[in-house]
Amino acid sequence: MDGDAAAMRSKWRLLSSGLAGWALTAPATLAVIGFLLVPIGIVIAGTFMDPRGIFAPYVAYFNSGFRTTVLFRTLQIAALTTIISLVFGFITAYVVSRAPSRLKSLLIIAAVFPLLTGVVVRAFAWLIILGRNGILNNTLVNLGIISEPLELLYTQGAVIIGMVYLFVPLMILSLAGVLENIPQDVLQASSSLGASPVATFWQVLLPLAVPGLIVGAVLVFTGSFTAYATPQLLGGERQTVLATLLQQRAMVSFDWVGASTIATIMTAITISVVLVMSHLARRINPMAT
Amino acid sequence: MSNRPNFVLIAIAVLVYLFLMGPLVIVVGASLSDTTFLTFPPQGLSLRWFENVFAISAFRRTIVTSLQIAILGTFVALLIGLPAAYALNRYRIELPRWLGTLFVLPILVPEIVFGFALLKSLSVGAGVPVFGALLVGHTLLVLPYVVRVISASLASFDFSIEEAAISLGSAPLKTFFTIVLPNVRAGVIAAFILAFITSLNDVSVSLFLTGPGVSTLPIQILAHVEQFFDPTVASVSVLLMFLTVAVMAVVERTLGLTFLAK
Repeated sequence: MDGDAAAMRSKWRLLSSGLAGWALTAPATLAVIGFLLVPIGIVIAGTFMDPRGIFAPYVAYFNSGFRTTVLFRTLQIAALTTIISLVFGFITAYVVSRAPSRLKSLLIIAAVFPLLTGVVVRAFAWLIILGRNGILNNTLVNLGIISEPLELLYTQGAVIIGMVYLFVPLMILSLAGVLENIPQDVLQASSSLGASPVATFWQVLLPLAVPGLIVGAVLVFTGSFTAYATPQLLGGERQTVLATLLQQRAMVSFDWVGASTIATIMTAITISVVLVMSHLARRINPMAT
Repeated sequence: MSNRPNFVLIAIAVLVYLFLMGPLVIVVGASLSDTTFLTFPPQGLSLRWFENVFAISAFRRTIVTSLQIAILGTFVALLIGLPAAYALNRYRIELPRWLGTLFVLPILVPEIVFGFALLKSLSVGAGVPVFGALLVGHTLLVLPYVVRVISASLASFDFSIEEAAISLGSAPLKTFFTIVLPNVRAGVIAAFILAFITSLNDVSVSLFLTGPGVSTLPIQILAHVEQFFDPTVASVSVLLMFLTVAVMAVVERTLGLTFLAK
Protein backbone atom coordinates (compact mmCIF):
# COMPACT_ATOMS: atom_id res chain seq x y z
CA MET A 1 0.00 0.00 0.00
CA ASP A 2 2.69 2.37 1.05
CA GLY A 3 4.73 1.50 -2.05
CA ASP A 4 1.73 2.16 -4.26
CA ALA A 5 1.20 5.58 -2.75
CA ALA A 6 4.86 6.41 -3.20
CA ALA A 7 4.75 5.22 -6.79
CA MET A 8 1.62 7.28 -7.40
CA ARG A 9 3.24 10.32 -5.87
CA SER A 10 6.42 10.00 -7.91
CA LYS A 11 4.36 9.40 -11.06
CA TRP A 12 2.33 12.51 -10.26
CA ARG A 13 5.50 14.49 -9.64
CA LEU A 14 6.99 13.38 -12.94
CA LEU A 15 3.79 14.28 -14.76
CA SER A 16 3.46 17.69 -13.12
CA SER A 17 7.10 18.60 -13.61
CA GLY A 18 6.75 17.44 -17.21
CA LEU A 19 3.80 19.79 -17.54
CA ALA A 20 5.81 22.62 -16.00
CA GLY A 21 8.56 21.92 -18.54
CA TRP A 22 6.09 22.02 -21.42
CA ALA A 23 4.47 25.18 -20.09
CA LEU A 24 7.79 27.00 -19.81
CA THR A 25 8.93 26.01 -23.31
CA ALA A 26 5.49 26.61 -24.87
CA PRO A 27 5.88 30.30 -25.87
CA ALA A 28 9.22 29.74 -27.61
CA THR A 29 8.03 26.47 -29.19
CA LEU A 30 4.86 28.08 -30.55
CA ALA A 31 6.88 31.04 -31.86
CA VAL A 32 9.31 28.78 -33.77
CA ILE A 33 6.49 26.63 -35.17
CA GLY A 34 4.10 29.47 -35.99
CA PHE A 35 6.52 32.05 -37.32
CA LEU A 36 9.29 29.89 -38.76
CA LEU A 37 8.28 26.31 -39.58
CA VAL A 38 4.79 27.09 -40.89
CA PRO A 39 5.81 30.06 -43.11
CA ILE A 40 8.73 28.07 -44.56
CA GLY A 41 6.46 25.04 -44.96
CA ILE A 42 4.03 27.22 -46.92
CA VAL A 43 6.84 28.42 -49.20
CA ILE A 44 8.07 24.86 -49.86
CA ALA A 45 4.56 23.39 -50.26
CA GLY A 46 3.66 26.18 -52.69
CA THR A 47 6.32 25.02 -55.15
CA PHE A 48 4.69 21.58 -55.40
CA MET A 49 1.18 22.89 -56.04
CA ASP A 50 1.81 24.43 -59.41
CA PRO A 51 -1.11 24.01 -61.87
CA ARG A 52 1.42 23.06 -64.56
CA GLY A 53 2.41 19.91 -62.64
CA ILE A 54 3.99 18.88 -59.38
CA PHE A 55 7.64 19.48 -60.30
CA ALA A 56 6.94 22.13 -62.96
CA PRO A 57 8.74 24.99 -61.10
CA TYR A 58 11.86 22.83 -60.73
CA VAL A 59 11.75 21.72 -64.36
CA ALA A 60 11.46 25.39 -65.32
CA TYR A 61 14.35 26.27 -63.02
CA PHE A 62 16.75 23.68 -64.39
CA ASN A 63 15.68 24.34 -67.99
CA SER A 64 16.84 27.91 -67.66
CA GLY A 65 20.53 28.14 -68.54
CA PHE A 66 20.87 31.37 -66.58
CA ARG A 67 19.40 29.94 -63.39
CA THR A 68 21.46 26.74 -63.46
CA THR A 69 24.55 28.89 -64.03
CA VAL A 70 23.59 30.91 -60.95
CA LEU A 71 23.22 27.73 -58.88
CA PHE A 72 26.61 26.38 -59.94
CA ARG A 73 28.25 29.78 -59.50
CA THR A 74 26.89 29.97 -55.95
CA LEU A 75 28.14 26.45 -55.15
CA GLN A 76 31.54 27.27 -56.65
CA ILE A 77 31.90 30.53 -54.71
CA ALA A 78 30.88 28.79 -51.46
CA ALA A 79 33.28 25.88 -52.06
CA LEU A 80 36.26 28.13 -52.92
CA THR A 81 35.49 30.41 -49.95
CA THR A 82 35.39 27.37 -47.66
CA ILE A 83 38.70 25.94 -48.93
CA ILE A 84 40.57 29.27 -48.76
CA SER A 85 39.14 30.01 -45.30
CA LEU A 86 40.07 26.51 -44.12
CA VAL A 87 43.71 26.83 -45.17
CA PHE A 88 44.32 30.33 -43.81
CA GLY A 89 42.03 29.87 -40.81
CA PHE A 90 43.84 26.66 -39.83
CA ILE A 91 47.31 28.18 -40.03
CA THR A 92 46.23 31.30 -38.13
CA ALA A 93 44.37 29.29 -35.48
CA TYR A 94 47.44 27.13 -35.02
CA VAL A 95 49.66 30.16 -34.43
CA VAL A 96 47.02 31.69 -32.11
CA SER A 97 46.69 28.46 -30.10
CA ARG A 98 50.45 28.36 -29.51
CA ALA A 99 50.81 32.08 -28.64
CA PRO A 100 51.57 33.24 -25.07
CA SER A 101 48.31 33.68 -23.16
CA ARG A 102 48.16 37.51 -23.14
CA LEU A 103 48.86 37.73 -26.86
CA LYS A 104 46.38 34.92 -27.42
CA SER A 105 43.46 36.76 -25.85
CA LEU A 106 44.38 39.86 -27.87
CA LEU A 107 44.38 37.79 -31.08
CA ILE A 108 41.02 36.25 -30.16
CA ILE A 109 39.56 39.74 -29.62
CA ALA A 110 40.98 40.81 -32.99
CA ALA A 111 39.14 37.90 -34.61
CA VAL A 112 35.88 38.53 -32.73
CA PHE A 113 35.74 42.24 -33.58
CA PRO A 114 35.25 41.91 -37.37
CA LEU A 115 32.60 39.26 -36.68
CA LEU A 116 30.64 41.76 -34.61
CA THR A 117 30.91 44.39 -37.35
CA GLY A 118 28.02 44.19 -39.78
CA VAL A 119 28.24 42.45 -43.14
CA VAL A 120 27.31 45.62 -45.02
CA VAL A 121 30.17 47.54 -43.41
CA ARG A 122 32.62 44.77 -44.22
CA ALA A 123 31.49 44.48 -47.83
CA PHE A 124 31.59 48.27 -48.18
CA ALA A 125 35.25 48.30 -47.05
CA TRP A 126 36.15 46.16 -50.08
CA LEU A 127 34.20 48.51 -52.32
CA ILE A 128 36.66 51.26 -51.32
CA ILE A 129 39.63 48.96 -51.89
CA LEU A 130 38.65 47.26 -55.16
CA GLY A 131 36.73 50.09 -56.87
CA ARG A 132 37.79 51.53 -60.24
CA ASN A 133 39.31 54.48 -58.42
CA GLY A 134 39.87 52.40 -55.33
CA ILE A 135 42.99 52.12 -53.22
CA LEU A 136 44.38 49.08 -55.01
CA ASN A 137 43.98 50.53 -58.51
CA ASN A 138 45.32 53.95 -57.46
CA THR A 139 48.36 52.39 -55.82
CA LEU A 140 49.12 50.18 -58.81
CA VAL A 141 48.74 53.09 -61.25
CA ASN A 142 50.88 55.40 -59.09
CA LEU A 143 53.60 52.78 -58.87
CA GLY A 144 53.52 52.47 -62.65
CA ILE A 145 52.72 48.75 -62.53
CA ILE A 146 49.58 49.24 -64.62
CA SER A 147 48.58 52.15 -66.84
CA GLU A 148 44.81 51.71 -66.77
CA PRO A 149 42.72 50.83 -63.68
CA LEU A 150 41.75 47.15 -63.60
CA GLU A 151 38.14 45.98 -63.42
CA LEU A 152 38.36 44.31 -60.04
CA LEU A 153 34.78 44.75 -58.83
CA TYR A 154 31.87 42.66 -60.09
CA THR A 155 34.14 39.66 -60.63
CA GLN A 156 33.98 36.28 -58.96
CA GLY A 157 37.33 37.04 -57.35
CA ALA A 158 35.93 40.15 -55.66
CA VAL A 159 32.99 38.17 -54.25
CA ILE A 160 35.30 35.42 -52.96
CA ILE A 161 37.67 37.94 -51.32
CA GLY A 162 34.68 39.59 -49.64
CA MET A 163 33.36 36.22 -48.46
CA VAL A 164 36.74 35.00 -47.16
CA TYR A 165 36.95 38.30 -45.31
CA LEU A 166 33.56 37.58 -43.73
CA PHE A 167 34.28 34.00 -42.73
CA VAL A 168 37.99 33.64 -41.86
CA PRO A 169 37.37 34.93 -38.29
CA LEU A 170 34.69 32.28 -37.80
CA MET A 171 37.15 29.61 -38.93
CA ILE A 172 39.91 30.94 -36.65
CA LEU A 173 37.59 30.91 -33.65
CA SER A 174 36.15 27.44 -34.26
CA LEU A 175 39.64 25.97 -34.83
CA ALA A 176 41.61 27.81 -32.12
CA GLY A 177 39.66 26.08 -29.35
CA VAL A 178 40.11 22.63 -30.90
CA LEU A 179 43.84 23.10 -31.55
CA GLU A 180 44.39 24.43 -28.06
CA ASN A 181 42.93 21.26 -26.59
CA ILE A 182 45.37 19.05 -28.48
CA PRO A 183 48.02 18.27 -25.85
CA GLN A 184 51.54 19.51 -26.65
CA ASP A 185 52.89 16.14 -25.46
CA VAL A 186 51.27 14.32 -28.37
CA LEU A 187 53.07 16.51 -30.90
CA GLN A 188 56.32 16.29 -28.96
CA ALA A 189 56.02 12.52 -28.74
CA SER A 190 55.56 12.38 -32.48
CA SER A 191 58.65 14.42 -33.23
CA SER A 192 60.82 12.79 -30.57
CA LEU A 193 59.95 9.42 -32.08
CA GLY A 194 61.47 10.68 -35.29
CA ALA A 195 58.50 11.98 -37.30
CA SER A 196 59.30 14.95 -39.51
CA PRO A 197 57.30 18.14 -38.92
CA VAL A 198 55.40 17.41 -42.14
CA ALA A 199 54.55 13.86 -41.02
CA THR A 200 53.50 15.12 -37.58
CA PHE A 201 51.20 17.61 -39.26
CA TRP A 202 49.50 15.11 -41.61
CA GLN A 203 49.41 12.12 -39.26
CA VAL A 204 48.87 13.67 -35.82
CA LEU A 205 47.76 17.30 -35.81
CA LEU A 206 45.37 17.26 -38.76
CA PRO A 207 43.43 14.10 -37.77
CA LEU A 208 42.98 15.45 -34.25
CA ALA A 209 41.67 18.74 -35.63
CA VAL A 210 39.11 17.12 -37.97
CA PRO A 211 36.05 17.77 -35.73
CA GLY A 212 36.89 21.49 -35.60
CA LEU A 213 37.62 21.57 -39.32
CA ILE A 214 34.22 20.07 -40.11
CA VAL A 215 32.34 22.48 -37.83
CA GLY A 216 34.21 25.42 -39.36
CA ALA A 217 33.68 24.17 -42.91
CA VAL A 218 29.92 23.76 -42.37
CA LEU A 219 29.61 27.27 -40.90
CA VAL A 220 31.59 28.85 -43.74
CA PHE A 221 29.97 26.86 -46.55
CA THR A 222 26.37 27.45 -45.46
CA GLY A 223 27.15 31.09 -44.61
CA SER A 224 28.73 31.88 -47.97
CA PHE A 225 26.15 29.80 -49.87
CA THR A 226 23.32 31.98 -48.52
CA ALA A 227 25.05 35.38 -48.11
CA TYR A 228 23.28 38.34 -49.69
CA ALA A 229 24.99 41.68 -48.98
CA THR A 230 28.52 40.74 -50.10
CA PRO A 231 27.63 39.29 -53.54
CA GLN A 232 25.14 42.13 -54.04
CA LEU A 233 27.72 44.89 -53.40
CA LEU A 234 30.89 43.24 -54.76
CA GLY A 235 29.40 41.01 -57.47
CA GLY A 236 26.43 43.01 -58.73
CA GLU A 237 24.29 41.69 -61.58
CA ARG A 238 27.24 40.08 -63.30
CA GLN A 239 27.85 37.73 -60.39
CA THR A 240 24.25 36.94 -59.50
CA VAL A 241 24.05 34.22 -56.83
CA LEU A 242 21.02 32.36 -55.44
CA ALA A 243 20.42 34.90 -52.65
CA THR A 244 20.48 37.91 -54.97
CA LEU A 245 18.39 36.02 -57.55
CA LEU A 246 15.82 35.21 -54.84
CA GLN A 247 15.62 38.90 -53.92
CA GLN A 248 15.19 39.92 -57.60
CA ARG A 249 12.49 37.32 -58.34
CA ALA A 250 10.53 38.29 -55.21
CA MET A 251 10.94 42.07 -55.04
CA VAL A 252 11.55 43.13 -58.65
CA SER A 253 9.70 40.57 -60.82
CA PHE A 254 7.08 39.53 -58.22
CA ASP A 255 7.59 35.96 -59.43
CA TRP A 256 6.51 34.25 -56.23
CA VAL A 257 6.70 30.70 -57.53
CA GLY A 258 10.18 31.28 -58.95
CA ALA A 259 11.34 32.87 -55.68
CA SER A 260 9.84 30.03 -53.63
CA THR A 261 11.61 27.48 -55.84
CA ILE A 262 14.96 29.20 -55.24
CA ALA A 263 14.21 29.36 -51.50
CA THR A 264 13.43 25.63 -51.42
CA ILE A 265 16.61 24.72 -53.33
CA MET A 266 18.70 26.86 -50.94
CA THR A 267 17.10 25.30 -47.86
CA ALA A 268 17.45 21.74 -49.19
CA ILE A 269 21.15 22.17 -50.03
CA THR A 270 21.93 23.92 -46.71
CA ILE A 271 20.22 21.24 -44.59
CA SER A 272 21.78 18.39 -46.62
CA VAL A 273 25.26 19.83 -46.15
CA VAL A 274 24.72 20.20 -42.40
CA LEU A 275 23.32 16.66 -42.03
CA VAL A 276 25.98 14.96 -44.18
CA MET A 277 28.84 16.80 -42.51
CA SER A 278 27.63 16.23 -38.94
CA HIS A 279 27.19 12.53 -39.77
CA LEU A 280 30.74 12.53 -41.14
CA ALA A 281 32.02 14.34 -38.05
CA ARG A 282 30.49 11.70 -35.79
CA ARG A 283 31.95 8.85 -37.85
CA ILE A 284 35.53 10.03 -38.08
CA ASN A 285 35.90 11.73 -34.72
CA PRO A 286 39.17 10.24 -33.47
CA MET A 287 38.33 11.20 -29.87
CA ALA A 288 35.32 8.87 -29.91
CA THR A 289 37.24 5.70 -30.76
CA MET B 1 56.31 19.85 -35.70
CA SER B 2 58.23 21.55 -32.94
CA ASN B 3 56.78 23.31 -29.94
CA ARG B 4 56.61 26.72 -31.55
CA PRO B 5 55.20 27.42 -34.99
CA ASN B 6 57.85 28.18 -37.57
CA PHE B 7 58.52 31.50 -39.20
CA VAL B 8 56.47 30.89 -42.34
CA LEU B 9 53.34 30.04 -40.37
CA ILE B 10 53.74 33.11 -38.16
CA ALA B 11 54.22 35.29 -41.24
CA ILE B 12 51.01 33.90 -42.77
CA ALA B 13 49.10 34.51 -39.52
CA VAL B 14 50.37 38.11 -39.42
CA LEU B 15 49.18 38.61 -43.01
CA VAL B 16 45.77 37.15 -42.17
CA TYR B 17 45.42 39.61 -39.28
CA LEU B 18 46.48 42.50 -41.53
CA PHE B 19 43.84 41.31 -44.01
CA LEU B 20 41.26 41.33 -41.19
CA MET B 21 42.14 44.72 -39.73
CA GLY B 22 43.21 46.67 -42.83
CA PRO B 23 39.77 47.18 -44.41
CA LEU B 24 38.32 48.40 -41.10
CA VAL B 25 41.16 50.92 -40.74
CA ILE B 26 40.47 52.07 -44.29
CA VAL B 27 36.77 52.63 -43.52
CA VAL B 28 37.73 54.75 -40.50
CA GLY B 29 40.17 56.75 -42.65
CA ALA B 30 37.62 57.29 -45.42
CA SER B 31 35.01 58.49 -42.91
CA LEU B 32 37.27 61.40 -41.91
CA SER B 33 37.73 62.55 -45.49
CA ASP B 34 37.19 66.15 -46.55
CA THR B 35 36.42 65.27 -50.18
CA THR B 36 33.06 64.42 -51.73
CA PHE B 37 34.32 61.09 -53.05
CA LEU B 38 35.75 58.06 -51.27
CA THR B 39 39.52 58.07 -50.99
CA PHE B 40 42.15 56.63 -48.76
CA PRO B 41 44.34 58.06 -47.33
CA PRO B 42 41.89 60.97 -46.82
CA GLN B 43 42.86 64.31 -48.35
CA GLY B 44 42.19 66.77 -45.54
CA LEU B 45 40.43 65.76 -42.36
CA SER B 46 36.90 66.73 -41.41
CA LEU B 47 33.87 65.46 -39.57
CA ARG B 48 31.46 66.73 -42.25
CA TRP B 49 30.35 63.22 -43.28
CA PHE B 50 29.46 62.41 -39.70
CA GLU B 51 27.28 65.53 -39.70
CA ASN B 52 25.84 64.38 -43.02
CA VAL B 53 24.69 61.09 -41.47
CA PHE B 54 22.43 63.01 -39.14
CA ALA B 55 21.47 65.54 -41.81
CA ILE B 56 19.93 62.78 -43.94
CA SER B 57 16.51 62.01 -42.46
CA ALA B 58 16.50 58.44 -43.80
CA PHE B 59 19.58 57.67 -41.69
CA ARG B 60 18.09 59.35 -38.61
CA ARG B 61 14.87 57.38 -38.95
CA THR B 62 16.50 54.01 -39.66
CA ILE B 63 18.97 54.36 -36.76
CA VAL B 64 16.00 54.80 -34.42
CA THR B 65 14.06 51.91 -36.01
CA SER B 66 17.09 49.59 -35.87
CA LEU B 67 17.71 50.34 -32.18
CA GLN B 68 14.01 49.89 -31.36
CA ILE B 69 13.80 46.57 -33.21
CA ALA B 70 17.10 45.31 -31.74
CA ILE B 71 16.14 46.18 -28.15
CA LEU B 72 12.51 45.01 -28.37
CA GLY B 73 13.34 41.88 -30.37
CA THR B 74 16.11 40.88 -27.96
CA PHE B 75 13.83 41.58 -25.01
CA VAL B 76 11.01 39.40 -26.38
CA ALA B 77 13.51 36.66 -27.29
CA LEU B 78 14.82 36.72 -23.69
CA LEU B 79 11.27 36.70 -22.34
CA ILE B 80 10.39 33.48 -24.19
CA GLY B 81 13.92 32.05 -24.51
CA LEU B 82 14.98 32.24 -20.85
CA PRO B 83 12.09 30.06 -19.54
CA ALA B 84 12.67 27.66 -22.45
CA ALA B 85 16.40 27.36 -21.74
CA TYR B 86 15.65 26.88 -18.03
CA ALA B 87 13.06 24.16 -18.72
CA LEU B 88 15.31 22.36 -21.22
CA ASN B 89 17.95 21.96 -18.50
CA ARG B 90 15.74 21.59 -15.42
CA TYR B 91 13.32 19.07 -16.99
CA ARG B 92 15.88 17.38 -19.22
CA ILE B 93 14.48 13.90 -18.47
CA GLU B 94 10.80 14.77 -18.78
CA LEU B 95 11.00 16.71 -22.05
CA PRO B 96 11.59 15.01 -25.41
CA ARG B 97 14.94 15.58 -27.07
CA TRP B 98 13.53 17.03 -30.28
CA LEU B 99 12.39 20.06 -28.30
CA GLY B 100 16.01 21.14 -27.85
CA THR B 101 16.64 20.61 -31.56
CA LEU B 102 13.62 22.76 -32.41
CA PHE B 103 15.36 25.85 -31.05
CA VAL B 104 18.45 25.23 -33.17
CA LEU B 105 16.39 24.93 -36.36
CA PRO B 106 16.29 28.66 -37.10
CA ILE B 107 20.09 28.54 -37.52
CA LEU B 108 19.80 25.75 -40.10
CA VAL B 109 17.34 27.66 -42.27
CA PRO B 110 19.03 30.27 -44.49
CA GLU B 111 18.17 33.72 -43.11
CA ILE B 112 17.21 35.01 -46.52
CA VAL B 113 14.71 32.14 -46.95
CA PHE B 114 13.27 32.92 -43.53
CA GLY B 115 12.86 36.59 -44.47
CA PHE B 116 11.13 35.67 -47.72
CA ALA B 117 8.82 33.19 -45.92
CA LEU B 118 7.79 35.88 -43.42
CA LEU B 119 7.13 38.33 -46.25
CA LYS B 120 4.82 35.78 -47.86
CA SER B 121 2.86 34.78 -44.73
CA LEU B 122 3.00 37.85 -42.47
CA SER B 123 3.34 40.96 -44.62
CA VAL B 124 1.42 39.84 -47.70
CA GLY B 125 -0.64 36.95 -46.30
CA ALA B 126 -1.79 38.48 -43.03
CA GLY B 127 -1.27 42.18 -43.72
CA VAL B 128 1.00 42.65 -40.69
CA PRO B 129 2.51 46.18 -40.71
CA VAL B 130 6.24 46.56 -41.44
CA PHE B 131 7.34 47.24 -37.87
CA GLY B 132 5.44 44.20 -36.54
CA ALA B 133 6.86 41.89 -39.21
CA LEU B 134 10.41 43.18 -38.54
CA LEU B 135 9.94 42.60 -34.82
CA VAL B 136 8.74 39.01 -35.33
CA GLY B 137 11.58 38.32 -37.79
CA HIS B 138 14.31 39.70 -35.51
CA THR B 139 12.91 37.97 -32.40
CA LEU B 140 13.12 34.59 -34.16
CA LEU B 141 16.49 35.45 -35.69
CA VAL B 142 18.05 35.92 -32.24
CA LEU B 143 16.04 33.30 -30.30
CA PRO B 144 18.49 30.41 -31.03
CA TYR B 145 21.43 32.45 -29.72
CA VAL B 146 19.50 33.33 -26.56
CA VAL B 147 18.43 29.74 -25.88
CA ARG B 148 21.85 28.27 -26.66
CA VAL B 149 23.98 30.74 -24.70
CA ILE B 150 21.73 30.62 -21.62
CA SER B 151 21.48 26.82 -21.86
CA ALA B 152 25.27 26.61 -21.93
CA SER B 153 25.56 28.53 -18.67
CA LEU B 154 22.65 26.58 -17.10
CA ALA B 155 24.37 23.31 -18.01
CA SER B 156 26.92 23.90 -15.25
CA PHE B 157 24.29 25.05 -12.74
CA ASP B 158 23.59 22.60 -9.90
CA PHE B 159 19.80 22.37 -9.68
CA SER B 160 20.01 20.74 -6.24
CA ILE B 161 20.71 24.25 -4.87
CA GLU B 162 17.33 25.32 -6.23
CA GLU B 163 15.62 22.25 -4.77
CA ALA B 164 17.24 22.94 -1.40
CA ALA B 165 15.87 26.49 -1.41
CA ILE B 166 12.37 25.27 -2.34
CA SER B 167 12.38 22.50 0.27
CA LEU B 168 13.41 25.10 2.84
CA GLY B 169 10.23 27.00 2.00
CA SER B 170 11.18 29.47 -0.72
CA ALA B 171 8.51 30.03 -3.39
CA PRO B 172 9.49 28.60 -6.81
CA LEU B 173 9.29 31.93 -8.65
CA LYS B 174 11.23 33.73 -5.92
CA THR B 175 13.81 30.93 -5.96
CA PHE B 176 14.26 31.37 -9.69
CA PHE B 177 14.99 35.08 -9.35
CA THR B 178 17.12 34.90 -6.20
CA ILE B 179 18.98 31.61 -6.73
CA VAL B 180 18.97 30.53 -10.40
CA LEU B 181 19.14 33.83 -12.26
CA PRO B 182 22.11 35.33 -10.34
CA ASN B 183 24.08 32.16 -11.09
CA VAL B 184 23.57 32.45 -14.86
CA ARG B 185 23.86 36.24 -15.00
CA ALA B 186 26.92 36.04 -17.24
CA GLY B 187 25.06 33.86 -19.73
CA VAL B 188 22.07 36.20 -19.83
CA ILE B 189 24.27 39.27 -20.45
CA ALA B 190 26.21 37.46 -23.17
CA ALA B 191 22.95 36.32 -24.78
CA PHE B 192 21.57 39.86 -24.69
CA ILE B 193 24.69 41.31 -26.34
CA LEU B 194 25.03 38.64 -29.02
CA ALA B 195 21.34 38.96 -29.84
CA PHE B 196 21.43 42.77 -29.89
CA ILE B 197 24.44 42.90 -32.23
CA THR B 198 23.03 40.18 -34.50
CA SER B 199 19.76 42.04 -34.82
CA LEU B 200 21.41 45.43 -35.34
CA ASN B 201 23.56 44.10 -38.21
CA ASP B 202 20.97 41.91 -39.89
CA VAL B 203 20.45 42.30 -43.63
CA SER B 204 18.98 39.03 -44.91
CA VAL B 205 15.83 38.88 -42.77
CA SER B 206 15.08 42.62 -42.91
CA LEU B 207 15.64 42.74 -46.68
CA PHE B 208 12.14 41.49 -47.47
CA LEU B 209 10.31 42.94 -44.48
CA THR B 210 11.17 46.63 -44.75
CA GLY B 211 8.62 48.73 -46.55
CA PRO B 212 7.98 52.28 -47.65
CA GLY B 213 8.81 54.60 -44.76
CA VAL B 214 10.04 51.94 -42.35
CA SER B 215 13.50 50.49 -42.89
CA THR B 216 16.49 49.38 -40.85
CA LEU B 217 19.95 50.93 -40.84
CA PRO B 218 21.81 48.15 -42.74
CA ILE B 219 19.13 48.16 -45.47
CA GLN B 220 19.35 51.96 -45.69
CA ILE B 221 23.16 51.72 -45.95
CA LEU B 222 22.80 49.21 -48.82
CA ALA B 223 20.37 51.52 -50.61
CA HIS B 224 22.65 54.53 -50.08
CA VAL B 225 25.78 52.73 -51.37
CA GLU B 226 23.97 51.71 -54.53
CA GLN B 227 22.97 55.33 -55.27
CA PHE B 228 25.78 57.53 -53.95
CA PHE B 229 29.42 56.75 -53.50
CA ASP B 230 30.30 59.35 -50.87
CA PRO B 231 31.94 58.95 -47.45
CA THR B 232 28.60 59.14 -45.57
CA VAL B 233 28.42 55.34 -45.48
CA ALA B 234 31.97 55.18 -44.11
CA SER B 235 30.93 57.54 -41.31
CA VAL B 236 27.81 55.62 -40.41
CA SER B 237 29.90 52.42 -40.49
CA VAL B 238 32.33 53.98 -38.03
CA LEU B 239 29.42 54.91 -35.76
CA LEU B 240 28.28 51.27 -35.83
CA MET B 241 31.85 50.14 -35.07
CA PHE B 242 31.99 52.52 -32.09
CA LEU B 243 28.77 50.99 -30.82
CA THR B 244 30.30 47.52 -31.21
CA VAL B 245 33.48 48.60 -29.39
CA ALA B 246 31.38 50.08 -26.58
CA VAL B 247 29.37 46.88 -26.26
CA MET B 248 32.56 44.79 -26.34
CA ALA B 249 34.08 46.96 -23.62
CA VAL B 250 31.05 46.27 -21.44
CA VAL B 251 31.42 42.52 -22.08
CA GLU B 252 35.14 42.67 -21.32
CA ARG B 253 34.40 44.44 -18.03
CA THR B 254 31.69 42.04 -16.94
CA LEU B 255 32.66 38.66 -18.39
CA GLY B 256 35.92 38.76 -20.30
CA LEU B 257 35.79 38.56 -24.08
CA THR B 258 36.85 34.97 -24.43
CA PHE B 259 33.31 34.22 -23.22
CA LEU B 260 31.91 35.35 -26.56
CA ALA B 261 34.32 33.20 -28.50
CA LYS B 262 32.96 29.99 -26.99
